[in-house]
Amino acid sequence: MNGSDAGGAIIQAYREDWARLVAALTRRFGDLDLAEEAAAEAFAVAVERWPSDGVPANPGAWLTTTAKRKAIDRLRRENKRDSKHQEAELVFDDHPPEPFGAVDDDRLRLIFTCCHPALALQTRVALTLRMVGGLTVPEIARAFLVQESTMGQRITRAKAKIKAARIPYRVPSAEDLPGRVSGVLAVLYLIFNEGYLATGPGTEPVRSDLTAEAIRLTRLVRALMPVDGEVAGLLALMLLTEARRAARISASGELVTLDEQDRGTWDTALIAEGHRLVRERLASGMDPGPYQILAAINAVHTSARDIRDTDWSQVVALYDQLVNLDPSPIVALNRAIAVGELDGPEVALAAVDRLEHDLAGYHAYHATRAELLRRLGRSAESRLAYGQAIELAGNSAEAATLKRRLDQL
Amino acid sequence: MQFLLSVIHDQPDLAPSDEMAAIDEFNDRLQADGHWVFAGGLGFPNTATVIDNRDGAAVVTDGPFVESKEYLAGFWIIEAPDLDVALKLAADGSKACNRKVEVRPFL
Repeated sequence: MNGSDAGGAIIQAYREDWARLVAALTRRFGDLDLAEEAAAEAFAVAVERWPSDGVPANPGAWLTTTAKRKAIDRLRRENKRDSKHQEAELVFDDHPPEPFGAVDDDRLRLIFTCCHPALALQTRVALTLRMVGGLTVPEIARAFLVQESTMGQRITRAKAKIKAARIPYRVPSAEDLPGRVSGVLAVLYLIFNEGYLATGPGTEPVRSDLTAEAIRLTRLVRALMPVDGEVAGLLALMLLTEARRAARISASGELVTLDEQDRGTWDTALIAEGHRLVRERLASGMDPGPYQILAAINAVHTSARDIRDTDWSQVVALYDQLVNLDPSPIVALNRAIAVGELDGPEVALAAVDRLEHDLAGYHAYHATRAELLRRLGRSAESRLAYGQAIELAGNSAEAATLKRRLDQL
Repeated sequence: MQFLLSVIHDQPDLAPSDEMAAIDEFNDRLQADGHWVFAGGLGFPNTATVIDNRDGAAVVTDGPFVESKEYLAGFWIIEAPDLDVALKLAADGSKACNRKVEVRPFL
């Protein structure tokens, strides 16, 4: 066994077993903090030992055993006062030993705990990335452009609230499940979107590490909840969006909009998987939720070999369905863009202008108006709208595209 | 474990009779289901008096310790196994009394 093999095995175990390990330890000890620290210590021991001792036959079981010992050591150190009581508890493990890898419920419990509605949304995102995704605190801090110490405090406070306020470590009951799943999906979608359209100067316009992590976590949730339509819908939506990633940023670092993308660079495997999921949902005959409709819209886009082949009437019909479920101004804006392709820019502009009150501070509102005004030959107004869009754009590649379009006017 | 459900309000008026009836019904249910510990409504903030005797010379101040638009109008102390149960009861309580409810665990 050489060191690089051991390194590969550790990385693989980290990706595959981290959440399982933290989840199993949390169930065993009822403490997220302890679980996370013990899991991290177990991996640290692996980094030290595996290159010289060799990779154990069952890395997951080895890590679990090591982490449990570390957790017990820590409890013994920290609880000198009532050590007798503690030891009695530790020796008496009321959980029957379970084969490692079979307790998927543990991970599901972990996800629902990290995404509990009693925690602020940003906190849920951070905690999910840390406890379920295994990202380090500096990695999460970088992803969300906050100080490492701030992110560390946010996660620490969240764990303290979970403990003190008695946020339960369990999968919600059947009646509460739909409401709670939507919160989990919101967290995963937020992670994906931050990766797909990264904000802030000095960041890469697309953070493929975050989109990949969001997809990995959504796949995990799908494996754990295979019958939930919205989970399948969100996964399909992410796959069909991710499939176009390579075409989205030009060599010069501009964001390339759908109509200008080189469709030959789209990832056909991801598209095929996304389409399969969308068909599966259609075949279920159940009323789709917002993620399933968004996935279906993306399936229409990714079915067209050329922008001119796009079935815009289908896209508009899907947006009509989405507006019924989610009458937000942003959905209305996206619907108007599709209407522009179907019924022309004049109709679309009238629909967009009605959204001014809600979206005047949103760059995409101005960018959409600018495009429609350009198509209508109203150059002066278009220039003005581009200017406002550039000012409000948070993504560097998007701002670059808008500048080029403005210059072309 | 016990949780404090604080009723948050911003109007100096008592609950109308239909709300009082809903609160009574909610209280009965808390007692029947074994969640009830104690509950009470509080006088308006302008009836509050703050006393500071930390230096051994009691200083009396008229009014509540914090002046804010929203104030504590009443509370329930309930027994619940975890936050999810407490939140569900708080949701029912908020509906019954038609006011916001804050949930906090006792130490």
